[in-house]
Formats: sequence, structure tokens, C-alpha cells
Amino acid sequence: MKRSTQVTLTSISLLLLAAAIWWASGNLNSYYSRVANTAAIYITAAVSFNLINGVVGELSLGPNGFMALGGYTAAILLLPVAQKEMVYFLEPMVWPLGSFSLPPQLFIVALLAAGIIAGIGAFIVGWPCLRLKGDYLAIATFGFGEIIIVLANNLLSVTNGALGIKGLPELTNLWWTWGTAVVTILVVKNLVNSTYGRAMRAIRDNEVAAEAMGINVTKTKMIAFVVSGFFGGVSGALLTILISTISPTLFMFTMTFNLLIIIVLGGLGSITGSVLTAIIFTVLQELLRTVEAPFSLGFIQLPGVPGMRMVVFSALLVVLMLYYRKGICGSWEFSWEWLLRKLGRKEVDQWNQPMQDQY
Amino acid sequence: MEPTNARPVLDLQNITMAFGGLIAVRELSLQIEAGQLFGLIGPNGAGKTTIFNIITGQYTPTEGQVFFNGQDITGWKPNAITEAGIARTFQNIRLFTSMTVLENVLVAYHVRQKTKLWQSILFTPGYLREERRMRTAGLELLEKVGLADLANKKAGALPYGQQRRLEIARALATNPKLLLLDEPAAGMNPEETSRLTEFISEIRDEFNLTVLLIEHDMSLVMTVCEQIRVLDYGTTIAHGTPVQIQQNSRVIEAYLGEAKEYA
Repeated sequence: MKRSTQVTLTSISLLLLAAAIWWASGNLNSYYSRVANTAAIYITAAVSFNLINGVVGELSLGPNGFMALGGYTAAILLLPVAQKEMVYFLEPMVWPLGSFSLPPQLFIVALLAAGIIAGIGAFIVGWPCLRLKGDYLAIATFGFGEIIIVLANNLLSVTNGALGIKGLPELTNLWWTWGTAVVTILVVKNLVNSTYGRAMRAIRDNEVAAEAMGINVTKTKMIAFVVSGFFGGVSGALLTILISTISPTLFMFTMTFNLLIIIVLGGLGSITGSVLTAIIFTVLQELLRTVEAPFSLGFIQLPGVPGMRMVVFSALLVVLMLYYRKGICGSWEFSWEWLLRKLGRKEVDQWNQPMQDQY
Repeated sequence: MEPTNARPVLDLQNITMAFGGLIAVRELSLQIEAGQLFGLIGPNGAGKTTIFNIITGQYTPTEGQVFFNGQDITGWKPNAITEAGIARTFQNIRLFTSMTVLENVLVAYHVRQKTKLWQSILFTPGYLREERRMRTAGLELLEKVGLADLANKKAGALPYGQQRRLEIARALATNPKLLLLDEPAAGMNPEETSRLTEFISEIRDEFNLTVLLIEHDMSLVMTVCEQIRVLDYGTTIAHGTPVQIQQNSRVIEAYLGEAKEYA
């Protein structure tokens, strides 16, 4: 298939998505639009997390840390100065953070700053760890996430500690969340399909051979890790601004756990899988609220158990690992060629051509 | 082969490699001239693969130096050494199994490509040109090694002989001056081996290579190599042309044991 055809089809579907968002912005009630926003944020976080865990094959356990960095960055930048004086009553905010704030029109600047700060965080963690082979990255990133939470709890003059920051302007809307999700998907997809992405997949398949083929393993892993951290930070910022409050509990390790469920269920390395399961996960989380509510079986009255949803998810994860180890999509990716084949257009020969020319 | 007056392509000087108390290679010196097909043989555990790992930077020798085209490359990282022009294959095949045959070769082009990260994320015209150039070159290379019709197959799904061939093709894609082949005929039947023998001479001429190979299959080594070095317990026990080696009593001893033990 010609590249121009693919670009056309992608553009058309983006226009359709834009139309859907436009419709949804006017018609969805706040509950449904909250769900839709959360789904898009999970897509951004999961797709970027999958880049390091699925594509490069390095186990990272720190996306909650990067999201927290992004969330706090955006919160601190966007909280109006007057509000800052009220919120930080235990300890005044450290200079110069307390004396300025970004106007709501500059939301995008806050998002970019969130991404950049998280990217720098990723660089600092990755610098020592990505040189080592083995599970060091998992341990170090796990530690990093915990450190960020501890810092958030204790750096009163920056994060306001356990009280968190409240009263953030509610700027996140469907345009921002889904727009970010689309940008993330496109960037990660292009990156994975590029020569740099091939190098990343080569490292996943066989690190020794990749290095022997001239690939700078540390640098390539670092690129994936920093890009992953960047978008993780942006998703954290979107989530923070969506719920207009941030506290250390928002980005506990549970967040990483959720994202791990999403990318493993979707299929490690599959962007399509991450997107689908991010949506499914968000919707299921809402539907499964019923299992946490008290309910009666007629003869016996069961009290509501908070956290029951996670039990269901964990059980689901066990079942999937037993019977569906590669996740929903495995390493499969959606492509327009696939769709057209499914729709029965006569392009069947694509399979047998020596090169599926995308260029 | 006509004698060359140039300095050796590869020059190992007094290489010693110790793993704790075990000395795998002891004071080994080795020179390979441009265009040579050089064989490295010896019983199991003689230190052959260790030497490969030293040349390609997986190990840093305990003592001694490695010169490539006159440049000291001792202690360089493997990817830097590949970039300088040494490529290798592995004894136990290490392909990128989840990627296609063509992608395996394209990975090897990565080191020589010029585009920046941002260009490849944005798919700029410059990047697309480079990508198209790499794909064309990759298909040409696969054509040359006889794998072109398998370009879109997963590398892990190829039969054994073709996996070996792909590993060599992938090494060639890094555009090396010196090619190291670690037991290329391992696990091949006689027919596959004889095809491989031809293939190695062909690529040497076609790509202007110097080839250093480790091999246990004597028919291959004796046919294809111009110079042979025999190692045992990390030291040289013989050096010469195939004919000289075949008649060397120490070599026969190392391979078959001393005659009197069995008398």
C-alpha cells in the first residue's frame, strides 16, 4: 500500500475522532466525559510505558514516579498565586515557585514542562542503570517511584506534603487528553517503526547480537526510557489537572501496577494492545464498582469491600497469564492493510510480496 | 595469493586472558593480512571463541593489545569496534528472531545511517530517503546471499542453514573490513557445508573482506583457509598452510591424543 494512502486513511480517521470529541464535548455528562478522559490518559501512560517494557524489553517499575513528577510540575506551574498562599499554609512555598503561575492559556507549556521534568528524571535514573544488564532497572525504578512519593510527602515548601495541592484550574478536557493520546501513539509508532525502533527491538531479541551489530545499547535504551518518561510525565499532568487536585497518594505504586496490567494484557510491545486494554481497563474499573458496593444475596447481606476491583483484576491477570500468555494482541499491530484485507478488498497479494512497501 | 607488504589488518600482540585462575589464552600473538582467509582451529576449550570475544570487545584482555588497521582497539566497546569495521557471527546463532529477515539486515545498517532521532520520529523526507536506501541495499544484499525471497519471513522461522546464512548477511551489512565467523558450519550436513565453503570464498572476493574463522569441520577449513593457526589450551601449537598443518605431529597429538597412550 502506498504511503500516501495510509496518510489519507489516518487523516480521515483522525477527523472522525475529532468529530466524535466535538460531539462528546457537548453531549456527554460529566461522569461519562470523566471516564473518556481517564481512558485517554491511560492510553498515553500505557503506550509510553510499553515502549520501555515491551519494545526494548527492559522491566521498568517507575511510571508512577514519572507521572508524579509531571503531575506536580503542572500543578505547581498552574496553581494561581492567590491560591498558592491559601494552600501552602503549613510552610510558604519556596521562592520563586510561590510568586508566579502560568495563565490557563499556557496549559500546553505546563504539559511540556511536566514532560521535560519527567524526562530529566528518567535520564537521571537511566544513566547509571541502563548500563547494567539484568534486573537493576526494575529495582532502581521501583525505588525511584517510592522516593518521589517520599519527597512529595516531605518537601512541604514545594509539594505541600500529604495535604496535597487543591483548587487547580480544570483545564483538562477531551481535546487535550485525546489529542495527547493521539500524539503519543503517533510518536511511539513512528519511533518503533524507525531505524531507532528496530535497534530497540533488536536489543529486546538479543542484546549481545545487537551490540555486535554496532548498536549503542545504552544510548538506545536511554532514548526509549526518556521518551517513555516524557509522555509518562505529560499523562500525569493531564490526570492531575483533570481531577484538579494532587497528593502523594494519587501516584502510588498501584498506578504502576495498573499500567503493568494494561500492557501485559494488551501484549507486550503492541501499541494496539495497549490502546485497547487501556480503554477496556478504564471501562471495567467503572463497571466493577458494583462489586465494591454492599449487596444482598437474599439470605445473606454482604458488606461493600473497597479494593475488591483489584482482586477481580488480579484474578483476571492470573487467568490471562495461564491461557493467553501473549496478551490480547501479542505482538500484533493494527494496520490499514490488515483492515482492508479484512474488509475483503483484493489486496491479498500483499502477503506474498517480497516487500510491503510502506514508503 | 600474492604477498602483501601492507601492515596487517588485525594484529594481536601478547594477548593473555585470565578468568580468575583459569588462563584461557596465554601470550598469543597473531597477524592477519588484508584479504586473507585465516582459520583458527583447536580442540574444545582451546580459547578460540575467547579470542573472538577479545577482538570484538566482549572481553577486555588481561594483558596485551589488539590493533585493527594499526589502531589500538583494546578495551573498546563492541559497538564501537563494529563501527570501526569488524563484524562477527556467533557460534550459537543469535538472530533477532521476532523480526523479519530484512529487518535483521536493516538493524545492521543502523550504525551507518545518518538521520537523527527527531527526523525518524517525524518521518521527514530525508529520513524516508535514507530508509528507502537502506531497504534497497538490504534487499540487494539478501539477493546476493540468496535469501531475497524470504525477506518478509520471521528470522526465527528459517531453517538452520539459512539462519546461518542470514547471520553472515547481517554481519556483512555492517560493512566490515574484517569478518569473524565462529563455527559457521556447526550443525550443517556435508552438502550444506560444501555450499557454505563456496559461499565464504565468494563473499570474501565480492566484499573485499579479510576473514577469520573458527571451525571444527576440517573439510571446510582445509579447503577455504590460506593460513591456519592451531591452538591448544590457549597457546599456539602450529601455524601454516593447510598442507603443513595436516602433517604437523603436534596437531595430530592435540586432536587425537599422544600415539603411545593408545599403543
